[in-house]
Order: sequence, then C-alpha cells, then structure tokens
Amino acid sequence: MSLLEAVSVTRTFAGIAALHDVSLEVGEAEVVGLIGPNGAGKTTLFNCIYGELRPSRGVVRFRGRNIGSLPPERRARLGLGRTFQRIELFPGMTVREHLLVAERSRNGRGGLLRDLLNKGLPTPDERVRADRVLGLLGIGDQADRPIESTSLGHSRLVELGRALMMEPRLLLLDEPSSGLDSNERTMLGDVFRSACNESGTSILLVEHDVEMVSRVTSRLYVLDSGSVIAFGDTSEVLADPLVRRAYIGDVLA
Amino acid sequence: MTSLVDLHLAPSDLVDFLILGIPFGCVYALLAVGLVLTYKTSGVFNLAYSAQAYVAAAVFYEVRANQEWNLVLAVVFAVFIVSPLIGLLLYGGLFSKLRTAPPIARLVTSLGLLVAIPELVKLWFNGGNTAYGPPGLVPTFNTIRFGEFGIDTDQLATILATVVVAVALTAMFRYSGLGLKMRAVVESPRMAQLSGVDADRVSAISWALSSTLAGLSGVLLAPLFAQVESMQYFTLLVAAMAAAAFGRLSSIPLTFLGGILLGVLQQLIAGNLPTSSVLATGIRPSLPFIVLFLLLLFWPGLRKKETTDPLSGVDPPPPVPAAAIRTRGMTVFTRGLGVVVVVGGVLVSLFVLDPVWLRNVNQGVIIALIFLSITVITGLAGEISLAQSTFAAIGMFTAAQLTDNWGLPVLGTIFIGGIVAAAVGALLAIPTLRLRGIYFSLATLAFALFFQNVLVPQEWLSGGNVPTKVPRPLVGSIDFADNRWFLLLSVALLALFSVAVILIRRGTTGQFLQALRGSERAATSIGITPTRIKVMAFAVSAGIAGIGGGLMGSFEGRANYASNFDFFFGLVWVVLVVTLGSRSIQAAVIAGLSFVLVPAILSELDIPQAWAFILFGVGALTYARHPEGVVEANTRSSLAAIQRLLGHREPGATTTPQPPNKHPSSDDGTGGMRTPEPTTTDAGTVP
Repeated sequence: MSLLEAVSVTRTFAGIAALHDVSLEVGEAEVVGLIGPNGAGKTTLFNCIYGELRPSRGVVRFRGRNIGSLPPERRARLGLGRTFQRIELFPGMTVREHLLVAERSRNGRGGLLRDLLNKGLPTPDERVRADRVLGLLGIGDQADRPIESTSLGHSRLVELGRALMMEPRLLLLDEPSSGLDSNERTMLGDVFRSACNESGTSILLVEHDVEMVSRVTSRLYVLDSGSVIAFGDTSEVLADPLVRRAYIGDVLA
Repeated sequence: MTSLVDLHLAPSDLVDFLILGIPFGCVYALLAVGLVLTYKTSGVFNLAYSAQAYVAAAVFYEVRANQEWNLVLAVVFAVFIVSPLIGLLLYGGLFSKLRTAPPIARLVTSLGLLVAIPELVKLWFNGGNTAYGPPGLVPTFNTIRFGEFGIDTDQLATILATVVVAVALTAMFRYSGLGLKMRAVVESPRMAQLSGVDADRVSAISWALSSTLAGLSGVLLAPLFAQVESMQYFTLLVAAMAAAAFGRLSSIPLTFLGGILLGVLQQLIAGNLPTSSVLATGIRPSLPFIVLFLLLLFWPGLRKKETTDPLSGVDPPPPVPAAAIRTRGMTVFTRGLGVVVVVGGVLVSLFVLDPVWLRNVNQGVIIALIFLSITVITGLAGEISLAQSTFAAIGMFTAAQLTDNWGLPVLGTIFIGGIVAAAVGALLAIPTLRLRGIYFSLATLAFALFFQNVLVPQEWLSGGNVPTKVPRPLVGSIDFADNRWFLLLSVALLALFSVAVILIRRGTTGQFLQALRGSERAATSIGITPTRIKVMAFAVSAGIAGIGGGLMGSFEGRANYASNFDFFFGLVWVVLVVTLGSRSIQAAVIAGLSFVLVPAILSELDIPQAWAFILFGVGALTYARHPEGVVEANTRSSLAAIQRLLGHREPGATTTPQPPNKHPSSDDGTGGMRTPEPTTTDAGTVP
C-alpha cells in the first residue's frame, strides 16, 4: 500500500481548473519528484496534499486514511512534514529552540499546568534528540545561534530539522533549492538523501532544478497546465521527448 | 440632541422607517466612508479618525461660537485648512515611518493618537471647558416635512454631503490615476516605488484627503450631541465600523449602503422594542456593535488574513532581547537589584507614605496585576485585545454579586471572578480568534462597548445606579480593611501572577505562542493548533484581568465601573503597556504604577490631568522606533553600556552585542562574537 495517494484531484479557482484530474502516489521510503513549468499547478497540488487548500474534487489518502477534511496541523501530527519555499522560521528563537518546539509538539508533554509547575523547560533527552538531528544535518555548531543570524542555506536546514523532529513518514519539500547557489544545492540534496535514508522517511520534492531532481529522486511526475503529462522512473521520464519538449527541452538542449 | 431622542413615534410601515433611518444611516455612512478611505489608501485602520473629526468640530466651535467668525470662513478654516494640515502632520511625523510596519504597530499608534489628541485639544480650546450646544453647519433649524416626519436642515446637509463624498470617492478610485496609485501604495509601498510611483506623495495626499473628510464629518455631526465631546465621536465611529465592515473595508458604495441599512435597521428595531425594559433601551444604541461583531464573524469577503508587504523581508530583524546579551554575573546582579527595589518600594509605601499615597500605590499595584493580562494576550500571543477592562469588570461584578447575595468570603469570590472572566474570555475567543490582527481587536472593542451599554446598566450585574458593595477580606486575625495589609495582599498577588506569567512564557505554552507569532504556517506544520493555544492564552489573560478587577472592587469597597473599567481605560491600558513593553513583567508593573501615580503626581503639582493622557498617548508614538517597548530598549542599551565598561576587567565574561545580520556570509568564523550561553527568557534560567 502506498503512503500517499492523490486520486483524481481537481482544483478550480473561479471556474478555471488549476489542477485537472491529477493522480499521484508516493510509496514507503521513496523519493519522488514533482516538476513542471511555472503555473503548472505544482504548488496547488502541494497545498491540496498539505491541507492549505481543499480539492474541488478527488481524494487525498495518507497512510490509508482519507485526510481531505483535516486541517494542516492534524496532517502534521499524522506524519506529514514540510518545508517552505519562502522560509518560515520563528524569530527570537535559537536554532535549537526551533527543533525543541517541534519535539515538544510531537511528544505532547506540554501544557499550561506543567508550565505553571515549572516543568515546561526542555528535558535533557529532548535536547539530546534535537542535537542529534542538528548533527545529522551538519549544523550542530549553529545550535545556539539566534535564527536571525543564520544564513539562508542553514535556515533551510533548520526547517528540515524542525520537520524531521516530528518523525514524519512523508516530507513535502517545496522548492528547497530556490535562492541557493550550486554548492549549497549539492550539499542540500545530499543531506536530504542521507537524512531520509537514516529514518526511512519518504520525500515528495517539488523542484525547478532538474539537475537536483535527477540526482535525488527515483521516480518523477511532470505537471503541465494542471495535468500530469508523464510519470515513471526519473531517468526515463527525463528522457521522454514529450517532457523535454513541454518543459525541459529548452533547458537541456 | 435634537435628533437622537424622539424615536418613540412607532411608525407603521417601511417607508416611514426609511425616512427616519436615512439621516442616521448617512451619519454612519459618512464616518465609515472616511474610515474606509484611510484604510484603503494608507493601510491604517485609523481609530484616531474620530479624534480628527473632534479636532475639526472643536476648532469650528471655537471660531464660530466663541469668536463669531463668518460661517464660510469658519468652515473653510476648520475643514479645509486645519483638517488637511493635521492629516499631513500625522502622516509626515508618524505614519510615513510605519508604512511597512506590521498592522498592529499602526493600530497601537492610532490608539495613542486617539488618547492624546482630544486631551491636547481640550487644553488649547476653551481652556478645558466643555463646549455646549455646538452650532450646526446650516445656520437655522428648518424642518422639511415628509408626510408626518421631518428632516431638519442639518440632517439634510449631512445626507447631501454623504452622497457627494461617496460618489466622488467612488469615481476617484475607479477612474483616476491617483486612485490607482493609492491602492498600489497600500498593497506595497516599496513595489509601488519600484514602478515609479512617488509613494510618499501619494500617501500624504490620501492622508490630507481623509483628514479633510474627518473634519467635514466632525463639523456636520456636531449638532447630534449636546456638547462637543470626543468620546461621542469615537462611539459613533465604532458604530460606523459596522458599515465599513459591510463594505469589506474596501468598497465605498457598499460602505455607503451599509451605513444606510444600519440606520434603517436601528429605526426598525427601535420602533418595535418595548420602551420600558432596561435591556431594550440598552440594546437600541448598541445595535451597531452587535452588527459589527456579527459582520466580523460571518461576513464573507472581509480579508481576514493580514497581508504584509511582500518586500518587508528586507527590513532588518528586531534586536536581540536584553536577556540574551546579559552575562551570568549581570543576571544575578540585575535580579538582586530588582528584589531590592521591590522590597524597598513596599517598605517605603507601608511606613513612610501618607494614607492618600498608600492608596494610590495600592491602586497602581492592582492595575499592574491587571496589566499582566495584557502581557499575556499581547506580549505572548501577539494579539491586541481592547476588552481587558471589560474582563476586569466581569471579575469585579462577579465578586460583588457573590459576596452581596450569598455572603461568600470575598477572597474566594475574587478568584471565582477570575474564573468567570476566563470562561467569558474563552467563549469570546473561540469564534473571534479565527480573526486575526485588527479584526480581532475590533471584535473585542465591539464586545466591550456592548457590555458597557447593555449589561453594565443592569441591576443584577452592577447594582444599577448605586454600585454594589464589596467587603474587604478578613482572614483569621488579619483584617485587610487596614490598607497596609491590603497592600501586602495586592503585592503578593502581583508577585504570584508575575511568576505564573514568567513560567507560562518560558514553558511550552510560551514557546508555542512564540512560534505562532513568528509563523503560523510553520507552527501548524509541526502540529500546533493555533486556535486552541490562543483561546487558552486569551482565557488566562481574561482570568488575570478578572482577578485584578475583583481585587479593585474589594479595595474600593464598591464595584465602581465608570471610574475604573470604562472601556476607554481599556484602550489607554493597551497603549501604555505596549509602549513600555508588552513582553516584560517590569514594564507591566511600571505601566500599572504610572497609570495611577502619574495623574496623582500631576494633580499634586496643579498640572491639568489631561497631560497624563497626553503623555501616555504620545508615548505610543515611540512604538515605531521601539516595538519591543521602551523599558526593554532602555534595559538593553544600559546593559550593553555597563557590560562594555566591565568588559575591560572581566575579559571573556562579557560580549559586545552584535547586531544580528540576516544573511551573513555562511562561514564567518567569529567565535568570539557569539552570544554566551543563552538564557531562555529574561527572567529565565541559566542552564
């Protein structure tokens, strides 16, 4: 059984279909790419899966359960993690605190009463867990920095770390490479792969950068004008003349 | 006064209601259209709009009634010279610096102006005397008959002015280049500038224009009231907000329609409600608040989520909190100093001050306790509630009624009052916290005005004309009728709740709230439920206010609503606390003491009380520069200075605060510039 299933998802805005009958699957421990030109509907599909938009028609199933009516925070607790295209961080917190907040949310050991009994501070084992993830991402030395002073590349890793603290079954990554230079992209791609191999997390990667997609993903969906025009093994799809013409032809030619 | 009474004519059919309602509807429409104009052209939800209207009315009264100027000259001066100048002054001096600031910053600034401007005007005009019987714009009162109802000439002038203004503004936005530019500047001043629009000039013009409109409404509406008084304008403005909400804060024709509908609806209800019941007489004038509240909750198309300037990311990040640059030694030192100041202050109050000042200090301590509620809802949850005085009143009335009717021990009823206030807060929060930012603030304001107009006059709640008595506590052999004992009780409660707020702030709840304030999308992505946690924060906040209110009732011996918890005080409180620092306990305490002691000191020095409000209001204008609060900003700079001085003797123990940099080079290797082991909060732990 696949981890995530979007079946015949259609989403219209004022009568215009941004997504038309799109189906997509992500299996366990799999890295799947989703590419397409600007306006193809990538972000709309992403938002339908994540819950910021409701599909007009169609079903989104996660771990065998129809999640179409759940708000984002419930999906997050079911194991759907995400990062943001324009990074979304918590000003005033350090890098480690970003991870500790997520950890506290995951283990549910917080509450007003515990706060008032002075049991609200992070426990040693919560800190250990956060530091382990930071180490995994290679930013252990940044742990105590205020988030305002971290670089964009590191900020993306902090977002990833925050998502990983929730122990997600599936990570949705929204154009993680935007705004990064090619070195940082390479590094980021490697970190994704290793982080997810370690924990067995699946990834759905929405990306513009074809090079990164071809390096990181094993399967690929191509969206164009709101429809899936090709899907399958990454190398085969990228070689498909239709795909090359519709989207990447000009780039690779 | 001519028109707000005499509504008991009980007309029988709809046409009559229309004729009766339209003049009132136009009053609402005129104010609402102006409000929409300011919002649409400057992105400021300008609560001080009513103050601008009041200024024009006061100027008009002064030159027309006192100095007997010619009518045209008086109108030109008050409406077309003074009013636009005020608009330009407000924009140039204040709001131009807040163009990319978050909406809350602009709301607080306009609140400060709302508090300060009328007091300034009162000082300058009439020597602080009340201006009775304002002259109308139209010289004599002629009544034009429509069947059995008449419309006087002033109402007619209002109707005409409203129609002209609505049509002209609609045309301007739809057909003129200026209107287009104004809309662009609101969406993003920086983007507009990139497209070659002089954003500054466009904004200045729109401020002058909207201020002129405010002046026009001020002069036109003056005869509605028996005297020129700023609060009446404000109440009318809040009523008019219902019309603005109907127009989704953007459509001028819809706003106009909304105003008319509101006027007619009010007449319909007035004509069909029994005139004998207190409840009915309260509901009639507060109908607009109910309508505003319902519209905020249910009217589709109100843009509930606030947008920020797409380019606001280029703003420098806020400075690090003082606590983060504080070394361990300094932390111990400042905390020690804090204890000395508090203990010393209490001792001086107990044994040195005379009874009058002892009372003042005690009231200040109680107000400080109430201000902790603002620390929770604004400092931690990041929302501005304009109903904190209402929650304090709920606590006070609960304590009063429980002791009066059932003879329960007063200390217990104070806490029950807190629980009742918390419950009301939670009930209010569940629907309203889906609204964010100014919409939430407006909903709380509507609630506060509804409470004041409909519930406070009820005898079962407040005791009616004679406020219910509240006894002082008596615990064992300690009789808190002694003001010294009562001060100790108040200080103990203040300390208790300060600790509670600190624990919440640094605990899970505080962290979740901080995450939500930083990015709601990111917070939900890690499974934090925004509504649940914010409802909790609001309930805690209301509960603290309620306990403070009960304590105040017991201290004063009576549940005095008007002198303590009038909704307007709630506005002043927010301004004061946010100015001094909404996240810091010290700021709340300083604010509470100032709220009571500054007016007391002024009266000791024979300085008009108005200066206290002017001081509080003008203080809010520093918010643009120090959104973290004056106390925090001063603490930070003095800490930095002291630590620099000590730095020579204790190398390595101190650090220079480094202004945080959004994107430094990814590998800067400045180990020596790093902050020391961070303390989680300024009162927090040293790990």
